[in-house]
Amino acid sequence: MSFAWAKQYEPKSAFTKWIDEKLPFPRLVYNAVGAGYPVPRNLNYMWNFGVLAGFCLMIQIITGVVLAMHYAANATVAFGTVEHIMRNVNYGWMLRYAHANGASFFFIVIYLHIFRGFFYSSYKAPREMIWLLGVVIFLLMMATAFMGYVLPWGQMSFWGAQVITGLFGAIPLVGEPLQIWLLGGFAPDNAALNRFFSLHFLLPFVIAGVVILHIWALHIPGSSNPTGVEVKSESDTVPFHPYYTSKDGFGLGVFLILFTAMVFFLPNALGHPDNYIEANPLSTPALIVPEWYFYPFYAILRAFTGDLTIPFTGIVLIPAKLLGVIGMFGSILVWFILPWLDKSPVRSGHYRPLFRKFFWFGLVPTMAALFYLGGTHAEEPYIMLSQFFTAYYFLHFLVILPIISQIEVPKPLPFSITEGVLGKAATTEAPRAGTVDGGDAGTLPDGSLQPAE
Amino acid sequence: MADMSGASTPAGATDMLDGADGVRRRDWIHIAALSTAGVGGASLLFPLVSQMAPSADVLAQSTSEVDVSAIEPGQAIKTTFRKQPLFVRRLTPKEIEEANAVDVGSLRDPQTLAERTLVGSENLLVTMGVCTHLGCVPLGAAAGEDRGDFGGYFCPCHGSHYDTAGRIRKGPAPKNLSVPEYAFKTDTVIRIG
Ligand code: HEM
Ligand code: FES
Repeated sequence: MSFAWAKQYEPKSAFTKWIDEKLPFPRLVYNAVGAGYPVPRNLNYMWNFGVLAGFCLMIQIITGVVLAMHYAANATVAFGTVEHIMRNVNYGWMLRYAHANGASFFFIVIYLHIFRGFFYSSYKAPREMIWLLGVVIFLLMMATAFMGYVLPWGQMSFWGAQVITGLFGAIPLVGEPLQIWLLGGFAPDNAALNRFFSLHFLLPFVIAGVVILHIWALHIPGSSNPTGVEVKSESDTVPFHPYYTSKDGFGLGVFLILFTAMVFFLPNALGHPDNYIEANPLSTPALIVPEWYFYPFYAILRAFTGDLTIPFTGIVLIPAKLLGVIGMFGSILVWFILPWLDKSPVRSGHYRPLFRKFFWFGLVPTMAALFYLGGTHAEEPYIMLSQFFTAYYFLHFLVILPIISQIEVPKPLPFSITEGVLGKAATTEAPRAGTVDGGDAGTLPDGSLQPAE
Repeated sequence: MADMSGASTPAGATDMLDGADGVRRRDWIHIAALSTAGVGGASLLFPLVSQMAPSADVLAQSTSEVDVSAIEPGQAIKTTFRKQPLFVRRLTPKEIEEANAVDVGSLRDPQTLAERTLVGSENLLVTMGVCTHLGCVPLGAAAGEDRGDFGGYFCPCHGSHYDTAGRIRKGPAPKNLSVPEYAFKTDTVIRIG
């Protein structure tokens, strides 16, 4: 599971020996995030966000469990209990602001984590399973955050629930009964609020379970790195502890400064004021949009305004409403096949000149635009712009990436991580023994591109 | 599994258990036990799925009564029917004319105004105030609200425009605003549901 040169756990005292025989949990920790886990020596700060995401999940679970002690999921009192948390419960305001902003920061961290994956093609073999589990976690996070946002039972909560469950109503034949089944009624009401609370409580623990699988899958090949060249020898790695515990610790400090600045000084900056008005089933707020972290997907949903018809016959193949839903879910589901769309054997964007151009001048501006457009009113020119960027988004993944990976001439890769970091001279003396997968360079994704020695 | 049962059976008895065709009597127990557990487990799913559906009190049919006598032509009111918004609009002659001037075949959800109103009171348009896209409440019932490009209702959520007959004309919504079942209870009061 790990590299041959990984340090072995050696219990010293009689007690730790006793524990190690009965339940080798300290050994597990030592091998997972301790000195027993060798990690590429050249990881940059983009590799901090996995640990930070785990930390965010902990923040959400701890603040959430505490909020649940004071909250009541009943449509007549829910809004009031959230105000009760804000005004009466000791430090309730802090816990609630930490939970609400914690969700935002969780998504910021996850988006940077995914961004790292896109640029360094972390999704490529042998790490496909890590990537697939990551997409599952992202989908679960979206469901959790959506249901959490319904709980305060403000205007945005209510209309968010109405619109998002309405998405399922677009599915042919079963759509409408499905929506009624999801809500337990014809519009969001007590039944919906209660089940959303139950699931909002449950799903974070399901996420924690999938996170364990995600990390398990990661520890089989180990982390990738900014060169994208696989670990070949001991000189390519350093032990996780103390090297990355300290690097992650520093990142955590920076994160906490930004997070607490938001919680204490700008607690409502990322929210919508309309959610401080109690839910009113008879009046939709003038601008209904989800939380900012759903904007790109909401922009894609709204981009589909016309039916898909057979030209000149007027026969509707797919109505606009269903197209929007397919587009929105498809924009995430396409990530599931990403490892098989981008077939280039080179991982890191640093060595892929063509890919890099389309990444910085295509995908990144497109995502930025969709983030902006998802929060705007449904009117021109925003609709047209959403359509343009939605088209590019799908084109990027389904057409441009596969073509690039066929025609691109990558830059020469360093022979090893050590060479990439220290230059050629250093590697000639580097020990070459004990490689796990460096030996059969021919079968490695990047092996074919290694400069001949 | 075959090994396990074989191993615990005294030598010689295997002849009795193993038929000539390789079928053993114990296979039957395996099949019976697994199917019982399977059917039992699967039947548990039914109540688990069904409990999510609307409960009896939510389903209990309700009706609403609305006095429409005070609604002037060009005016609309917003009330509720089964906890959802309901629009009642008295159309002006011009609005009726506009609705009838449309080529029905060209509509996304083809319906004439007459099909959407009661015989003898074509100027009374009763619809749910629920956008058929994703369920927002369209604007246009209250005075001064945006009535969209076709003078009926406008849903600001994702930009659906409904005409004076409440028919979808532009935007993502697939259907016309739905017309609930209703009838005149007296000359001035309608009963919905
Ligand atoms: C994946 C982790 C989680 C995410 C992304 C998340 C997200 C959210 C969001 C966005 C809200 C609405 C905040 C607001 O506008 O006030 C919320 C509310 C709430 N969440 Fe969570 N949550 C998570 C975990 C949990 C857990 C583990 C619990 C409890 C066991 C919990 C309990 C609550 C409660 C009681 C509320 C309502 C109080 C309030 O609105 O502040 N959450 N959650
Ligand atoms: S809900 Fe009315 S346009 Fe989407």
